[in-house]
Formats: sequence, structure tokens, C-alpha cells
Amino acid sequence: MSSHAKNRNQDTTIKKRGEKHYVMLYTRYERFWHWSQALLIFTLFFTGLGLHGTHDLIDFRTAVEIHTYAAIALIVLWIFTTFWNFTTGQWRQYLFKEGVLKVIRFYAYGILVGEPHPYRKCLQRKQNALQSLAYMGFMIFIGPALWASGIVYLFYDLWSGYSWSGNGLFLIAFLHTAAAFLMGIFVIIHIYMTTTGKTPTHYIKTMISGYDSIELTEAEVAYIEETHAVSMKD
Amino acid sequence: MYKQLTLAFNASVGACLWALILVLTPAVGASDTSPSDVEPVDNNMNFRIVADSKPSIRDDGESTADHSKFEILEGPFESGPEVTKACLSCHTEAGRHFMQSIHWTWEYDHPETGQKLGKKTLINTFCTNAKGNEGMCAQCHAGYGWKDETFDFTNQDNIDCLVCHDRTGAYYKTPNSLGNKACSVMFEGKQPIPWSKVAQGVGKPGRENCGACHFYGGGGDGVKHGDLDSSLKRPSHDLDVHMDAEGLNFACTTCHVTRQHLWAGSRYNVMAHDTEGVGLPGERRDVATCESCHSDAPHSYSELIGSKLNGHVDKIACQTCHIPTIARGGVATKTEWDWRTAGKTKNGEGFKEKNYTQGNGEHRATYKSIKGSFKYGENLVPHYDWFDGQMIYTTIESQFDPAKGPVEINGFQGSHNDGKSRIWPFKRMVTVQPYDKGNNTMVYMHLWGDDNDAYWGNYDFGRAIKVGMAKNDIPYSGEFDFVETYSFWPITHMVAPKEDAMGCADCHSREGRLNELEGFYMPGRDSFRWLDILGYLALGGALLGVLLHGLLRKFFSHKNQRRDAS
Repeated sequence: MSSHAKNRNQDTTIKKRGEKHYVMLYTRYERFWHWSQALLIFTLFFTGLGLHGTHDLIDFRTAVEIHTYAAIALIVLWIFTTFWNFTTGQWRQYLFKEGVLKVIRFYAYGILVGEPHPYRKCLQRKQNALQSLAYMGFMIFIGPALWASGIVYLFYDLWSGYSWSGNGLFLIAFLHTAAAFLMGIFVIIHIYMTTTGKTPTHYIKTMISGYDSIELTEAEVAYIEETHAVSMKD
Repeated sequence: MYKQLTLAFNASVGACLWALILVLTPAVGASDTSPSDVEPVDNNMNFRIVADSKPSIRDDGESTADHSKFEILEGPFESGPEVTKACLSCHTEAGRHFMQSIHWTWEYDHPETGQKLGKKTLINTFCTNAKGNEGMCAQCHAGYGWKDETFDFTNQDNIDCLVCHDRTGAYYKTPNSLGNKACSVMFEGKQPIPWSKVAQGVGKPGRENCGACHFYGGGGDGVKHGDLDSSLKRPSHDLDVHMDAEGLNFACTTCHVTRQHLWAGSRYNVMAHDTEGVGLPGERRDVATCESCHSDAPHSYSELIGSKLNGHVDKIACQTCHIPTIARGGVATKTEWDWRTAGKTKNGEGFKEKNYTQGNGEHRATYKSIKGSFKYGENLVPHYDWFDGQMIYTTIESQFDPAKGPVEINGFQGSHNDGKSRIWPFKRMVTVQPYDKGNNTMVYMHLWGDDNDAYWGNYDFGRAIKVGMAKNDIPYSGEFDFVETYSFWPITHMVAPKEDAMGCADCHSREGRLNELEGFYMPGRDSFRWLDILGYLALGGALLGVLLHGLLRKFFSHKNQRRDAS
């Protein structure tokens, strides 16, 4: 084990890590956002595949209704969440972090041979570099590609009168479908990644309860005890 | 003199035969003979004899005039023109108005294509041409006595007011000239028309007045249109929500609004996309479109699906969803007609076979010596295509290449990207009929006549075509053959209750009704070949990848544990 210690972030050698504490990492709103978003995305993916003709498990008319309402709900959720991200400053979580290659190397190799994760969760940094990059991609590429094409698609009737509407519909449907496939791939990998914690369900439990056990510095512990800014169970 | 004697002889022979058939009919019915039984003579040429001759109810409230109180209508009348004279003595301008109508002129100069259309000259895919056969075909001309070129289109007394305005049900029309012996027998044995009674019983037309011709187009009940047949005289709610005899009970003219005897709704120049809707408040719009009453956004905007359906109005005709099938009233429509088999005889006589039994129990002829073989359909799914309202006819002058597949006798124009067409339902008729092999044109056949050249008598295509062409001054190569033809009848009647309208998935699916229409993207029907392959592969690849990764993790974790333990 000791040989792997060199791989750790330099931070750990500068800031003194203390004991592990069970603290609220994912606030109530974050969890609400995450799980309602998950539900909506599953609903949209299922009904969307139905509309696309991939399966016949749902009647087209019902699929149109559910898909439309779920899409509107998701857009509203995202508007709220964007607001939340900026007012709370949580948007910084998604900024690019160094060490992406190390994380990739870990998942490709280190995880198999029992290396520790090159990144340590801490109070102000909930995500590793690869996560941040993936979520950022989700939020600035896959998400917008879906909602932007989806809104244009939904309001087809407003532009159906133009001579280019036939080609336009093809293009919009193409983009929307392509983005949906990307979303599907994201979801598959995302769900798999949740099994890579201490136990296969550790991350999922964390996302439900909001609490995770992380190392806190002495200063952080003192700050929390003084202000109760973050909920801590022990 | 000789001719008259022959006619008299024919008529009396016919009358005897008719009486014989009348006597025999109940016995035949009782012995439960199969419908394919061959009858010696084709005796239902008068295709417009209807069992139910009582008028339908048309309730417009009480008229300001009770025609039974007019002295001039008491008669006595000996003929139709005498009644017309009486009508026109009060309705002084009606004759002039009516003479503008296509019901009188049988002519239509198409303003867009410049084609000269109208029954007077057109080729059709049924009995092929009225031209030259007016003695029979002009039974459906709203006039008296058009049997040849000598008919006077300027004489108002020749107008037949009664065919449209008789509300007693006692009026009928017969051919304007006697046909061959094989045919003339069919018109014997009718009660004489009680002229005074029908003259005093006039009113606005009921459905059966228009239907007397329009239900029987193409030579029989429901033959031509598929959405117009005798079942619409007293239709149920399920058959037609508007004409529903127990409900809205629309007359034809409720939609086909009339101004000075000119009617809205043309089959030559169809208003396939009405973007004006109901018009301004109080504005009268002389169109027969759905939109003129229902607006161009008839579904509820308060529901998502309603909004989506309103969004379909620019591309989908109302009829496409709201008339799920045609010929639903128990009366079949003809779908195929093959003239090649016509002319077979048994013991020198024409015959017919009735091997189709339609919904209302009547047997329909699947073969007639005078016409050939037929196929029928009921509850038919229409043919769908983009339509901008423009019909393009193959007239007697049009040349075509018979090698290029079926000739569209009334083709139509439209495309998915012209910005004006909508997807319309059509009844498509498939016929095999004679054409001029040398000139590659259609032909006029001389079908009807009391002479040796009429096909309906001699069963000789060569002579019938030669004479039909010659008598109308059309060049003929002298050689004929048969060519497959299509005709298309835009569907607009038999509007079903809204709960029977087509659902989204009837079209938005891989095997939907619009499968054959190409060139545009339709959700649920179309996919993106390469994107889909790539997408499914990527999804499968991702699943496989994480599965493999998971297995590796499991495998190595055991190994690591063993190593740590050791």
C-alpha cells in the first residue's frame, strides 16, 4: 500500500487531513434534482424510443403526451437548477480540474489491481476530475442538444409553413435522436460507475441520504462545529 | 315505319319478359338459389331503381310557398317540359341561372390547366365515355331528351326541374333513346309518372334527389365514388355524422351551398386546402370545405393532443383521419373493372354472374356480358397521396405511352414540399379498358344504340370503337388494344363520429397507412438508417463495456484478496 501513497494528490501532503466524518455532501435540493432528473430522463428515453419506432410497448399518442409533459418538466427543473447552481456557487463543482488522465488511468487499470482512487472527495470538491468533465459535457452539450432540438421539434407547428420545414424536421429529428443516443450512453456508464464505490451500492446510498464519510481538516471540523453550516452526523 | 314497328315489337317482347321475371322472382327467392345463378337476360340495366322510393325528410321549416296551392301546377301535364314551363312561369330567372350550371352544360373549362373537361367529352374508367352514348348516359343530365348532337341547350323547356326538386319520390328518369334489344327491355314496366302530383310536391332537394345520379355514378349503386351510395339516403350516425337521418340530417346543399343554381364543391378543381376557415363574422363563403364551418383549427387547444392535431391541418386533410374507411354503409364500391372479358354469351344471349354479396345482403354482378368482370370492396382503406386540388385528365386528345404503366385518367397533382398540398384520401379505381393502339389515345366506344354497331347488342369492340370514334370525328388507327387505367376519387363523405377517427399510430408507425408516401420524415414511421445503427451499436457497446469492466473488477478483486491474504 505504501508505494501507492505517492500517487496521491499533493494537496494531501500540504493540508493535513484529519479523521473521517459523516457529513451532508448532497443537499436536499441536489438530491431532489438528481432523482427527479433521473426519473424524467428514464421516462423520456423510454417514450422517446417508442416514438422513434424502436419498440411498440406504448401507444404513440400516449407516448407523445408523456414525452411532451416530461420534457417540459425537465426543462423547468433545469431552469431551477441553473438558478440554484449559480446562486449557491455550486457551478464551480463542474469546472475543469487537473488530473483527468490519472482518473482515467485509475478506472482503466488501477481499480483492477487495487490501487486507491487518485482523488479524494472533500467538502468543497465533491467530484473527481473525470466526473466534473463528464457532468460538464452533460450540461453544456448533451442536455442543451436535447432540449434545444426538443423545443424546436415541439414547436414544429410554428415553422411548418416554411418551404424548408420538411428538411428542417428531418434535421431536428436527427439531432434529437443522436443526442438521445448520447444520453443513453451517458446513463449506462453513469449507472455503472455508481457501483465502483466501497460497496456496489455505496454511491447510490450516498445519493439517497446525502451523507458520505469524508476526511475533514481540523479547520473544517472547527468551522462546522462553530457554524453548523454543514450537517454532520458524528 | 319499319323502325317503329321493331321498337314496338321489342317493347312488347320486353314487357312479356319483364312480367315473366316478376312472376318468377319470388319463386327463385324461395328456392334459395345461390347468387351465382345465371339469369338469361341482364335485367338490371336500370340501375337507379330503388326499393326505398319514399323521400327522406328535409326539414328547413315551412316554406313561404305551398306549391300544391298553385293553380298552374294542377296540370294536366303530359310531359316533363310542360311542368318546366309551369315552373318557369313563376321562377322567371331560374332557367337562365340553371343553364350556367355544369349539371346542364356537362362542360368545364379548367381555369388553371386550360383543359376542356366535363362529362360531355371526358373519358372515364367505367363505361368509358358518355360522348355518343347520351341516349343512355344523359339519364343523369338534368334535362329532357338529350340523345344526340341535336339536343337544344338553349331551350329552357328542356330543363328537368323535377329530378332535383321532386319531393314525392314518384319521379324517375329513363334513357332518352332506346338501346339495343339486349338493353331496352330493362326499362319496361314502370308506373307512369303522376305529373301533377310531382309538380305540386316540389321542394328543396333531399339527399335522394342528388343521390339519384351521384349515388349511382359509374353505372350502379356506389360504383364510382366509394363515399357516395344509396346508404346515405338515411344514414346512421356511424356512417355519416352530418347526414345522420336521426341527427343532424344534413341535405347535400347544407355543405354544397348554392347561389343561383351554382354549387360549391368541384371535382375538377378541388379546394384541397382551405386556409380561410370560417371567414369573417357573418361572411358567406361559397365553399363546401370542412374548414368553412369547423375552422382551420378545429381541435381543442386546451389539450396537448388537440394542439398537435391542429398542427396537422396544414399537411393532412380533415378527411384523411375522419373518414377511416369508405363504402361502410352496406353498399360496395367497384374497385376493379376488366373490359377484356366482356362479350361472352350463352345461347347467343348476354348474361351476368352475381358472385359478390354486399353488406346489406344484395348480390352484385361480378360479370356482365355488356361490361366485363368486376371486383368490389367495402370498408375500404382509401389510397393516400399529396394533393393540391388540381386534377389532370387524360382526355380523348391526350397521347400516352402504354408501356409506362397504368394511364391515369384523372391523375392529380401534389407533393410534400410544394407548401400547399395535403395528404388526401382517394378511392382508386383500376380498370382495363380499350385504347387506340396506333395513336396511343383513349377511345370513344359506341355502346348504346338501337343499331348493329352498338357494343351493347353486338359485343364487338372493333365496330363499337370504329363507330364511336367516327361519329365524334376523332381520328382512329383502326387497331385497338387494352390498357390499364387508374381513376382517383377524392374522398369527403361518410365522415365518421370523432371517436372513430384514426389514431396517431395508424400513420405514425412502421407499418402505418402512409407507408407508401416517400420523401419526407414522419416521426414513428421513419428512422435514420446509419444513425440508428451507430446509436444502437453504441448503446450495446456501452452495456457490453461496463459488463466486461465489472467482470474484470470481480476477477481481479478475488485475485487481489488472495494475494493480500498470502
